[in-house]
Amino acid sequence: MVTGMGVVAPNGVGIPAFLNAIQNGVSGLKFMPLYEELHFNCQVCGVPDFDFSHLKDYLSEVTFHGLKGSAIGYAIKAAADAWIDAGNTLYDGKIHWETGCVFGSSIADPAAMKRVIALVDAKQSRKLGSRVVEQLMNSGSTAYITGLLGLGNRIITNSSACATGSQGVLMGYEYIKHGMAKRMLVGSNEFVDNYIFGAFDAMRVLARKFNQTPEKASRPMSATACGFVPGSGSGALVLEDLDYALARNAVIYAEILGGATNSGAQQGTGSMTSPNTEGVIQCISDALHNAGIEPKDIDLISGHLTATMADKIEIENWAAALNRRGEDFPLTNSLKSMIGHCLSAAGSIEIVGVILQILHQFIHPNINLEDPNPEIMAIADAKSFPVKRVDKNVNIVAKANFGFGDVNACVIFSKYKR
Amino acid sequence: MSRQEILEGLKTVLAPYTMDKEALHSMNDETEFIKDLKINSANLVDIIIDAEERYDIEIDADSAEKIHNAGDCIDVILEKMKEKI
Repeated sequence: MVTGMGVVAPNGVGIPAFLNAIQNGVSGLKFMPLYEELHFNCQVCGVPDFDFSHLKDYLSEVTFHGLKGSAIGYAIKAAADAWIDAGNTLYDGKIHWETGCVFGSSIADPAAMKRVIALVDAKQSRKLGSRVVEQLMNSGSTAYITGLLGLGNRIITNSSACATGSQGVLMGYEYIKHGMAKRMLVGSNEFVDNYIFGAFDAMRVLARKFNQTPEKASRPMSATACGFVPGSGSGALVLEDLDYALARNAVIYAEILGGATNSGAQQGTGSMTSPNTEGVIQCISDALHNAGIEPKDIDLISGHLTATMADKIEIENWAAALNRRGEDFPLTNSLKSMIGHCLSAAGSIEIVGVILQILHQFIHPNINLEDPNPEIMAIADAKSFPVKRVDKNVNIVAKANFGFGDVNACVIFSKYKR
Repeated sequence: MSRQEILEGLKTVLAPYTMDKEALHSMNDETEFIKDLKINSANLVDIIIDAEERYDIEIDADSAEKIHNAGDCIDVILEKMKEKI
């Protein structure tokens, strides 16, 4: 059961702002003057409107002093908000032995690393102080979260590129399902600084043709899609055993029915950077099987759909896995049209989006889809990709993310029926 | 600079590292950083860096090891300030 949510997204910080943004198709992408200066091809990025000093509301003065990392800051905000949203309090003095954490990112914090490199190279490492290592560790965000919330069950930092967020949610669900924990705080975070951005830009996989119109830059499934737009942020959920949630009168937002994660092993059509079709189809099929649902039960696909050439392959994979094509293809949307691709944070932020669509019974629009890619529309009917918000019953949603290294994750969410 | 002035300056340096503001307020030479001010031992290096910056001195590792209470810290700061002149 999902009983709490928190989010730091490029188009909304906090659940009310994020909900309003995704209901109304608000873009969170901005032109970055620094990227122009750095001669990047793509000069657009998804940046949350995040006030770092706001973390003082969550952290002790001693903890806040010396905290520099944006990635950790996003994670603390999302996780603490999810925890409070689920009806818990911070600093309750307890060790929650029944509650664990799975939180992941792609890269811990490049800005913190840059400081280390600069001071070490200047032979001034002694000035680094005691707080740098904890912010460089891959497990830094997880460590801050678990200390803040007092979590005492299994504590895991996961990383599987763009599948990190969905995979972490699935791991949390599985631990509860197998009786290892009663509750899991799950999520992921990402801070794309100019170094990470530059590395992606060098791969020529980013959208470079919309620098003057940043809100138009992320165009999943459109004929003019020309690459993705990186974004930063964090999403977090509290997952909970049903009986445990009922016993404490928790509000249940939605239910996880099951899921699957696998790899296409970089064989066949797969490689480091593109998924093996066979692996994706099997991952989706396994997720449905584990969730105990049929393809016809799916009301909405929340796709990975980044606005690259892979969009067409992804839609074809969904069509093949579900055996639903043309007018029978499920309604499908991509949050990336509004927030870009938040890499490891993509899964968790998009899953918060999925829960909100289930909770408030709507399907958010695909913005920037004025010119649907005809090759994609040959697989699925154009009506499957709403460009305006649709208010309708949303019972079952399939969410998937696919990452570098040919890793796949698919999770099936359902409206909670008491 | 008098010992009293440095003691007052140290209170500013220590403030972000202790939650016990009362103990900090009544700090004297005998006040121990870890035991009395409940400062995390890992933060002692940060306090030394901040003190170095405040008094424009350099506190070497051997001197730093001698610091347990406020009095030790004032001794080291005074010594290093004298060395600089």
